[in-house]
Amino acid sequence: MRRILLAAGLLALMIPVVAVGQTTLETILARGRLVCGVNNALPGFGFLDAATGEFAGFDIDYGKAIAAAIGLDDIEYVPLTAGERLTALQTGRIDVLIRNTTWTLTRDSKELGLDFCPTTFYDGQGFIVRKADNIQSIMDLDGATVCVTSGTTTEGNLADAFRLNGLTLNTQVFAETEAAFGAYDAGACDCYTSDKSQLASLRTTATNPDDHTILPDTISKEPLGPLVRHGDDEWFDIVKWVVFATFFAEEHGITQANVAGFTSDNPEIRRFLGLEGGMGAKLGLDEDWAVRVIAAVGNYGEIYERHLGPAGLDIPRAGSLNDLYIDGGLIYCPAWR
Amino acid sequence: MRLRPKGERRRSPSIPLWRDIRVLRVASQILFLAAIAAGVWWLMNNLTTNLEESGLSIGFRFLKDTAGFPISEGIPYEPTDANGYAFLVGVVNTVRVAVIGIILATIIGTFVGIARLSGNWLVRKLASLYVETVRNIPLLVQLFFWYFAVMLTALPLVQDAIRLPGPIYLSRRGLYLPWPQMTAAFGTWSWFLLGGGGLAVAIYLLRRMQLRRADRPGFPLGWALLALLATAVAGWFLAPGNPLVLDVPVLKRFNFEGGMWLSTSFSALVIGLATYTGAFIAEIVRAGIVAVGKPQNEAAKALGLRRSLVLRLVVLPQALRVIIPPLTSQYLNLTKNSSLAILIGYYDLVNVGTTIFNQTGRAVEMILLIMGSYLTMSLLTSLMMNWYNRRIRLVER
Repeated sequence: MRRILLAAGLLALMIPVVAVGQTTLETILARGRLVCGVNNALPGFGFLDAATGEFAGFDIDYGKAIAAAIGLDDIEYVPLTAGERLTALQTGRIDVLIRNTTWTLTRDSKELGLDFCPTTFYDGQGFIVRKADNIQSIMDLDGATVCVTSGTTTEGNLADAFRLNGLTLNTQVFAETEAAFGAYDAGACDCYTSDKSQLASLRTTATNPDDHTILPDTISKEPLGPLVRHGDDEWFDIVKWVVFATFFAEEHGITQANVAGFTSDNPEIRRFLGLEGGMGAKLGLDEDWAVRVIAAVGNYGEIYERHLGPAGLDIPRAGSLNDLYIDGGLIYCPAWR
Repeated sequence: MRLRPKGERRRSPSIPLWRDIRVLRVASQILFLAAIAAGVWWLMNNLTTNLEESGLSIGFRFLKDTAGFPISEGIPYEPTDANGYAFLVGVVNTVRVAVIGIILATIIGTFVGIARLSGNWLVRKLASLYVETVRNIPLLVQLFFWYFAVMLTALPLVQDAIRLPGPIYLSRRGLYLPWPQMTAAFGTWSWFLLGGGGLAVAIYLLRRMQLRRADRPGFPLGWALLALLATAVAGWFLAPGNPLVLDVPVLKRFNFEGGMWLSTSFSALVIGLATYTGAFIAEIVRAGIVAVGKPQNEAAKALGLRRSLVLRLVVLPQALRVIIPPLTSQYLNLTKNSSLAILIGYYDLVNVGTTIFNQTGRAVEMILLIMGSYLTMSLLTSLMMNWYNRRIRLVER
């Protein structure tokens, strides 16, 4: 009896007590490490580079940018499946989620307890099919079997699009993207559907990449960006403005190479560089935080070029939604004052 | 000598309360119960406090909202149905896999278990090879093997499907079989079926009573089944038109349409679960047979029984008593292991449940529902197996 009670007591002691009353930033600084929820199997956005043994990608760079802004260089990347990611953020397992996650009303609402930061990549759901099947558009997919990854907005969009066009739909849902795309590649499905950026990335992993083609149809809006927990506005603001800093730098020609000695008479740029205005203090950071962000990862254009440009996934940027607003895109930074 | 009033405890005054074994027994149980209650309360409190802190609340109203996602396998379903119904589709799919898997695993297990004790060297060794290989490789790896390495590699693409008589078509998409479909005349025919069923039950009860009274062994079901069949056949011809027509699968642009479809995922899952659990059941069967003492065997042989009869009449009925309890655990394992279905794309309850919680964000509620479903299924299985176990218990005469 006594032994049982003792065991029960010990067990109770082992369960950590939830810290109350500390802000996210304080928790991170006390820990000395930023914990980022990421993808580890999506080349271009977030994946474990086999050559270097380190995480790399577009989303990973935003993790590095946030860490640089708060003056840390220790980042822990937590690879998460689509199904786990929201829960991991809600429960405080991670500080920020940067894992090609679509901004939706439900996810943004108080009900789920999450907040979306500015969109870093405007994506849309598309279809990849075998060239041999001679499919020209979604209208040719009546009665086709579609492979899908579970835990995404993809399933709902797919059903909506087929319903809207009066098409018969068969699906097969998998927990892992690799399995779902693998099943499509092996011929279990006629088609695989996901965000177009993902399709471009996955096509490179197919047995014969040239046998597959991505349909021109886009059936959804998929604005992807970082997320934080609802309720800590200070941390929300920091992540938000780290993203804006990469936009601002591109708008004003500030790059990873020239940021160190960058000088300007433009008051807005001087505020950005921390030379005047006390913008850092307003966010609870020091004054050269934005300079550190650009020095660490470069501006938005540089990040895009590095991972999604011709050398990477080769997703054309010019004229797309991901171009700067002055060039007809949606990448736009609010006023830096 | 003073008479003690009725009901007063006999307690020697020299033993104090805290050393009285009876008091201590009761007190320790109360303490234990209190500790468990406190533990449960602490966990619940932890959950509600944490949820409250993150501004979340628990509620099941989302089950009535439109699901909006497709499910291609199982009972009829439309994306416009409610989340709750979508979950039910998943539950039925899990039950389907579990029931078929359990039946197959039992058959495999029984045969291999007996083969492990066979006098034939080759049969014995092959059975051990199967058990030792399958038992020692993780189930997940085996499921991937069956799905990706066997089904999606060895089978032809849907355009070049293998045509078996029937016609049954086999391809990477799965198995397409012709399947009877009800027509307008089915309504009339169903009355004949109902009547035949009633008649069959009546005949069965009557025959059983007769046999009992005569104290004769017999098979009372025979006549009953014959009566049912006769009414069904009569009804078939009396109904206005054929009550059932065969729906034959036909290859359309992408898939076969019509008939019955067993997906590749379903087949891979059932085969994987059945062969894996079958290996464990084989060991249980072997242990049960070995547990029936050698003298029983020898006595049966001395009576001149054939080896198959020794097994059927003497050894297995006794072995069953040893086999049933661990067998129940294996059945429960199979049911729970079917939750790996999502990894090979089968719509079981975890697959559908995960989709629902991703669409609605209701993780805690869905996990509770998933846990509740498995618990209910497992308890029902246990209940049935325990009932069977009691029935076959050794009755001392």
